[in-house]
Amino acid sequence: MTEQPENTRAEGSTADSRPSTEGTVLSVDGLTVIGRPSDVEIISDVSVSVNRGEILGLVGESGSGKTTLGLTLLRHLKRATEIVGGRVWVGRQDLASLSERQVRELRGRAVAYIPQSPASALNPALRLGDQLSEALHDPTLTRSEIADRVREVLREVALPDDHAFLRRYPHQLSGGQQQRVAIAMAFVGRPDLIVLDEPTTGLDVTTQAHVLETIRSMTREYGTAGVYISHDMAVVADLADDIAVMYRGELVEHGRADAVLSDPQHEYTRRLLMAVPLLRTSGHEEPPARDGEPLLRISGLSAGYGRTQVLEGIDLSVSPGECVALLGESGSGKTTLSRSVAGLHHQFAGGLVFDGQALATSSYRRTAEQRRRIQYVFQNPYEALNPRKRVRDQILGPYRHLVGRPDHPDLVVAQALERATLPASYGERFPEQLSGGERQRVCIARAVATRPDLLVCDEITSALDVSVQAEIVKLLRSLQDDGMALLFVTHNIALVSNIADRVAILNQGEIVEYGTVGQVMSAPEHEYTRALIADTPDFELSFPGAPERLGLGLEQEGRGVDSGA
Amino acid sequence: MSGPSTSTTPTAPVRRRTGLFRTAWRFGRTKVGVALAGLIVLIAVVGPFVAPYTPTEFVARPFESGADGTLFGGDNRGRDVLTRFLWGGWTLLLLAGASAGLGVAAGTVIGIIAGYRRGWVDDVLMRTNDVLLAFPQLIAALLVMSIIGPKVWLIVAVIAVSHMPRVARVIREATRKVIEQDYVKAAEAIGLPRGRIMAVEILPNVTSPLLVELGLRLTYSIGVVAVLGFLGMGLQPPTADWGLMINENRQAMAVQPWAVALPVTAIAILTVGANLITDGLSRAAIGIDRGVEK
Amino acid sequence: MTRLIAVRLFFGALTLWAVSLVVFAATQALPGDAAQLILGRDATPERLEALRDQLNLHEPVAVQYMQWLQGVVQGDLGTSFSNRRPVAEFLASPVQSSLTLMGLSALVATPIALFVGAFSALRRDRGFDHSASMGTLVVASIPEFVVGILLILLLGPGGLDLFPSVYAREGGPEQWVLPVLTLALAVAPPIVRMMRATMIEVLESEFVQQARLKGLAERRVLWRHAAPNAIGPVAQVVALQLAWLAGGVVAIEFLFNFPGVGKVLMDAIENRDVPLVQAVVLLIAGIYILVNLVADVIGLAANPKVRVANR
Repeated sequence: MTEQPENTRAEGSTADSRPSTEGTVLSVDGLTVIGRPSDVEIISDVSVSVNRGEILGLVGESGSGKTTLGLTLLRHLKRATEIVGGRVWVGRQDLASLSERQVRELRGRAVAYIPQSPASALNPALRLGDQLSEALHDPTLTRSEIADRVREVLREVALPDDHAFLRRYPHQLSGGQQQRVAIAMAFVGRPDLIVLDEPTTGLDVTTQAHVLETIRSMTREYGTAGVYISHDMAVVADLADDIAVMYRGELVEHGRADAVLSDPQHEYTRRLLMAVPLLRTSGHEEPPARDGEPLLRISGLSAGYGRTQVLEGIDLSVSPGECVALLGESGSGKTTLSRSVAGLHHQFAGGLVFDGQALATSSYRRTAEQRRRIQYVFQNPYEALNPRKRVRDQILGPYRHLVGRPDHPDLVVAQALERATLPASYGERFPEQLSGGERQRVCIARAVATRPDLLVCDEITSALDVSVQAEIVKLLRSLQDDGMALLFVTHNIALVSNIADRVAILNQGEIVEYGTVGQVMSAPEHEYTRALIADTPDFELSFPGAPERLGLGLEQEGRGVDSGA
Repeated sequence: MSGPSTSTTPTAPVRRRTGLFRTAWRFGRTKVGVALAGLIVLIAVVGPFVAPYTPTEFVARPFESGADGTLFGGDNRGRDVLTRFLWGGWTLLLLAGASAGLGVAAGTVIGIIAGYRRGWVDDVLMRTNDVLLAFPQLIAALLVMSIIGPKVWLIVAVIAVSHMPRVARVIREATRKVIEQDYVKAAEAIGLPRGRIMAVEILPNVTSPLLVELGLRLTYSIGVVAVLGFLGMGLQPPTADWGLMINENRQAMAVQPWAVALPVTAIAILTVGANLITDGLSRAAIGIDRGVEK
Repeated sequence: MTRLIAVRLFFGALTLWAVSLVVFAATQALPGDAAQLILGRDATPERLEALRDQLNLHEPVAVQYMQWLQGVVQGDLGTSFSNRRPVAEFLASPVQSSLTLMGLSALVATPIALFVGAFSALRRDRGFDHSASMGTLVVASIPEFVVGILLILLLGPGGLDLFPSVYAREGGPEQWVLPVLTLALAVAPPIVRMMRATMIEVLESEFVQQARLKGLAERRVLWRHAAPNAIGPVAQVVALQLAWLAGGVVAIEFLFNFPGVGKVLMDAIENRDVPLVQAVVLLIAGIYILVNLVADVIGLAANPKVRVANR
């Protein structure tokens, strides 16, 4: 019990983790949770503690058990899971010793929970006012006291507090507003501890910045301790006082934020930190001047769905061997633009010229050669492969259709897989036998098999964990080195600053800024770009080997992130 | 403990998920269903070869129970109940199988086309569907039968047509889910012909709901064929048919229950068996929770 | 929302009209003409001719349809061939009996089915849930007339002799038991399964988890958070099952010799009584469409996203 796991630092509270220390709000001691009936350990022997007014950032990739840990703090277990060891103390209460009734009193009053997706966590059939007031469940309060408290907390999260707003249903709010309601709902009972489960996933960076700011000021003002669960190291580095890193159910690192960032002890933490794309605002090399006709020229393009206009007057060009990033938040029209280029979105007007020839709106009216030379990689690798076909057939299908029957099909498959850094033996697998990163590599292999000149990448890393994202980005760099042009569509400005030669910033269907990455990142002209750069969370790394981090290390040949393991 | 293995290291291939049939077979109810349905199919197929008499031979007085040389007595005309029971199954199976097969096939084609092509094609097909759906299945069959007269091909056609819109609706929904997946868009981006996309990319990915529908429609078909016979609108005398047997002998249920009880029990066991198999398939297709999440 | 309902109403009316077309066209396909059918084979040509005039059989088909439709809209469903009485008048009593039978069955089946379904969901994967799931599966598979016969064999004169198996005009209320029970058994299983599935889905939803994490009492979680979100789909299935009853009564009435529209339909088919067949089919389809429409509207009304327009 008194022994901490080897690579866990004991900070704040020492080995004796009972809440004897003044100000310790949460203390978890040797917690182990298993899944039934497999008996797999979802959380293995985890110990952490959080002090009043401080935020613990709990970082881990998907499947690391971080959400299960978060829910355990409210004594909530998902179906078929069971606590088999350890203690959780909130304040002076041992959660295991509480009755059902005491658990109910604990929730919302001592510990509150902010869910990942408020869209599904707010009850669609109840008005906001009702959902907020019932969270207070304190029988000593009168009706008007409850109403006053609800209005007060709404003002604190910068939402309207009038009667009309309280009578709204969740679907009548924007994503950011829904998340604010969820925050208000958590703080309305003035809890001692608040558990935040990836509360900004799916929000745009500007909205994310506002929500994070709200969370920060609320915890400070209320003196609440926070557990912030996230996969995003940059956000956590920005927000948290302490950082704990989880990997496959184990706590591999725990310490003060600046200590973890400057001197990570565990290999996995180091890899995680280095995989986060650094927002580079300076030190970009000027891309070589490209003369001659660009490979792809978009001029005065406008597009829409039905009567809604999504894009207006888009001018953009991609030269051979160049990587142009298209940066925009959700709803900016970036996917519409990339799909228009691929011939998947038909409702557009304006110039779209590829290698001197105009492109038809529909892929079906383009020549086979044009379709071969422009290939598209989709956002979600879990949906982009036909689950009924072997990898081999996924690659050969387009090849046969666009190039012709190959003399040596095995060679085609092997070469394509090799370019995507996968072994040839993967050809016999079905998609369900691949991890997310491997699937995305297969998608890339399928696209490059036909030897295209332009690869359109639509948010291809956003569904992947950061460590996998770093590998995919590295792969794209090598493809570009082979002379392939990339149109890289993303919402992540840090990624852009590391991969692109030129960048176009798309805001509400218009390009507000367009230039070389060096120019745009170091001296942004448009207000929107400046806000984007300012709102993107970032952190500095100073530990030895840190320059290998994605971005700075890329120029150093052969010393990418993969060399770590 | 080592760091996470990079995805590029070749690892032992992950085992593929087991197929639909194998997964379904793991449920006890599927096995029971196969046993029940198998028993009745066996009776229906082997029955005519082992029957003691011919189905139209008179061996007893009408509704005579316990007549000499009969196990279950005579029916309304004095024919051997056992013989007629053994002969009466295969017509039901054949008609039900044919109508379910045809209806599901037609419904699948319409469902995939409507789901994939959208626009006016979808509108026209689905509005037509709505009109067809506005008839309760049995009423539509009765209306047509009463006008044209009970003919074998008509029974199959009417039941198949009444299945079609229901199957089409399910398959259209399944298709909609499939075409939202990017692999269909990937095929469009390389200009694969629409027909091939439907056959190669969409059809293999709607087989799970398809099989479930087939099982469901087969169960319904058995019911509708039987009820048409029972109402006297199916196969006509002197054919030996389970539905018709019930119709002919139901007046004397109290004195000679066997002539009704045998076919009724057989139909009940057959439909329960078929539905148990369907349920096993659908459980395998939906994938009920296997315990551990995250 | 009013607009959405108006659209549904419009399509309902359109469907009903299409059904009337089909019904009329189907009866036109009859071999021989109506006059022959009414008067029989040994009618004199003069009488046939006179009747054809009276029935407008010389007019083009389209005109005949328009006249028939006009009649239908005004409640004039023609005259029965077999008993020479106006169809509307003749149908009044059977319709009443059938509706009573359907209503009773629904009244018996729905509350029990809802309770069993909800209880199964709360006792998920335990004994009660498994038996309920197996029971509904078995009952749902067997064609309803077979269920009826099995009930007769079991509880009727040949078996335990608790209830009569055939309806008689002078019989007491006990003769309703078997038909109602049969229909209730046919209607209940889908309601049970939908109730169970919906309750499970809602109980596993994130907003119910969030309600529990807010520390609300379990009763409040169930009634304030889970129930309102389960009403829509369940109400729809209940309505669909009621609609099914409109067609389902036919075989059951035939089996129990119950004097409702189903029996009238079977007799009319036997006698080739075209106006009566037309009227009954139209009536059943009408009820079917109407109840489906109600199901749709309930589904819309239970959804706050539709009820309250986006601001």
